[in-house]
Amino acid sequence: MATPEQTMDPNHRPPVIAGTHEEGQGVRRRDFINIAAVSFAGVGAVAVAIPLVNQMNPSADVLALASIEVDISKIAEGQAIKTMWRKQPVFIRNLTAKEIAEADAVPVATLRDPQTLAERTKEGHKNWLITLGVCTHLGCVPLGAGEGENRGDFGGYFCPCHGSSYDTAARIRKGPAPKNLTVPEYAFKSDTVVQIG
Amino acid sequence: MSFPWAEHYAPKHPLMRWVDEKLPLPRLVYNAVGAGYPVPRNLNYWWNFGVLAGLALVVQIVTGIILAMHYAANAGIAFVSVEQIMRDVNSGWMLRYAHSNGASMFLAVVYIHIFRGLYYGSYKAPREMVWLLGVVIFLLMMATAFMGYVLPWGQMSFWGAQVITGFFSAIPLVGEPIRELLLGGFAPDNAALNRFFSLHYLLPFVIAGVIILHIWALHIPGSNNPTGVDVKGPQDTVPFHPYYTSKDGMGAGVFFLIFALLVFFAPNLLGHPDNYIPANPLSTPAHIVPEWYFLPFYAILKAFTVNFLWIPAKLWGVMAMFGSILLLFFLPWLDKSPVRSSRYRPVYKWFFWALVADVVVLWYAGGSPAEEPYVRLGQFAAAYYFAHFLIILPIVSALEKPLPLPNSITEAVLGGEDEAAPIGLQQA
Repeated sequence: MATPEQTMDPNHRPPVIAGTHEEGQGVRRRDFINIAAVSFAGVGAVAVAIPLVNQMNPSADVLALASIEVDISKIAEGQAIKTMWRKQPVFIRNLTAKEIAEADAVPVATLRDPQTLAERTKEGHKNWLITLGVCTHLGCVPLGAGEGENRGDFGGYFCPCHGSSYDTAARIRKGPAPKNLTVPEYAFKSDTVVQIG
Repeated sequence: MSFPWAEHYAPKHPLMRWVDEKLPLPRLVYNAVGAGYPVPRNLNYWWNFGVLAGLALVVQIVTGIILAMHYAANAGIAFVSVEQIMRDVNSGWMLRYAHSNGASMFLAVVYIHIFRGLYYGSYKAPREMVWLLGVVIFLLMMATAFMGYVLPWGQMSFWGAQVITGFFSAIPLVGEPIRELLLGGFAPDNAALNRFFSLHYLLPFVIAGVIILHIWALHIPGSNNPTGVDVKGPQDTVPFHPYYTSKDGMGAGVFFLIFALLVFFAPNLLGHPDNYIPANPLSTPAHIVPEWYFLPFYAILKAFTVNFLWIPAKLWGVMAMFGSILLLFFLPWLDKSPVRSSRYRPVYKWFFWALVADVVVLWYAGGSPAEEPYVRLGQFAAAYYFAHFLIILPIVSALEKPLPLPNSITEAVLGGEDEAAPIGLQQA
């Protein structure tokens, strides 16, 4: 490759480059400038494109809604409530002893998404099942948290959109959903207050 | 398209040949802004500004579509939604500053483009239609810029909308009903804000459409050049690509450099602090002026302070302001000189620079408070503006004796040489 210095003086023809024709078929100074300039502009265009796309990600005010506190003292055994977290429904369910026993009786290895009830609840609060109310199939809100709603074949939740049935640990047992209902990040602030997020 | 020696589109790749048979879009681009468009070989950097204006429109459309994803056109929350863009949306501050300063860049580039046309006689036959379409684009840009300035719903937005729609109330008899129709109310409010947003989104695409007509009309006679002399043969032109794509690329680099300086280091330099106060229909800002790019026209509006000939001052001002732009539609026929470029017009050249100075004075007067000596200054400058087009130009073009024109572009460039020789090899 001819260096710029070699071709700067117009009185001298560019030196003949090995393996090329004498008509200057190698990388000429002009080609080099052309490639460098277009590459530089290309890198700049990519750098500009990043914020133009990133602006579509959740904004700071959306992210700021990421944590809520819920008083669970009024939820009787066997009852469930729906609440909202990050604009999504959350089910908080006070399991009965029978429901806990049912959930524990299932052999974990037979499940589509193997998890025990203990893994899906907090230690010492095994009766409190807290999950997102968003079916893992295509995002509908399953039934079963409200009084008198269809709880499906396994006594947990039932998604009316495409018929996914969840058991009393909100694990997928039947239907098209691939995963158990998601357990959000949460912590017990006291025995009666839960902070979600 | 324009000259018989234009290079022909001959795609080598079979896929491109297939596309060319079904939909010759690459051929259209090749002939419009590619190697298929022969351009005079002597264009200087003032010819960059057409492409730069197109580039500025693209920047405005891209940033504008993104801002519209986050903006809420409702009088109750518009101001808050703009602040949310500034503080909460990822890179929102940059996008909004790019859009507001992009408007300034667009107008600045277009003003230079217009004055280039005035200096080199690009408005004259056979390019009258190019000029007329250019004036249409300029009017559309002014309307778009004004409506965009209303959207943040700050104090300047509100009172700008109040003042500009007030122009229409100057029309005798039907003025007030027209203003109420435009606003959808008796003062700017939610109805006005919503329709301004709708039209602010629409008009840039109308501008893009008229730009296509502008370029189409340009390509029939081909581009003007600094000598104003017609292209005589293939030796007078070079293909647009790569010669002027690279020259415009250089200009684009400088354009983006200045644009970035504004956006990142002085984003509010050209704005008004009052527009960071939410719109308040009960309190007008102490010193209300439009954005910098409207100041010369604002000065013409303010120049009329007394009624005369039974016509109220307000109507005179509005007519003069619109007239100062509509006048440009008649320019190709007001200037009767057959010589295009000011290089060969020893008298007009001085009056061109006098017009530039006059517009600068109007700009200064427009931004000054309505008190002496600025009012008087603005009145003289406004009078001179109209005198330039209506009196000086027809007289000068009739009396002026132009300098001898070169026989061809090539002769003007090479000074009689047949071939261009590299520096160092020229005959001593």
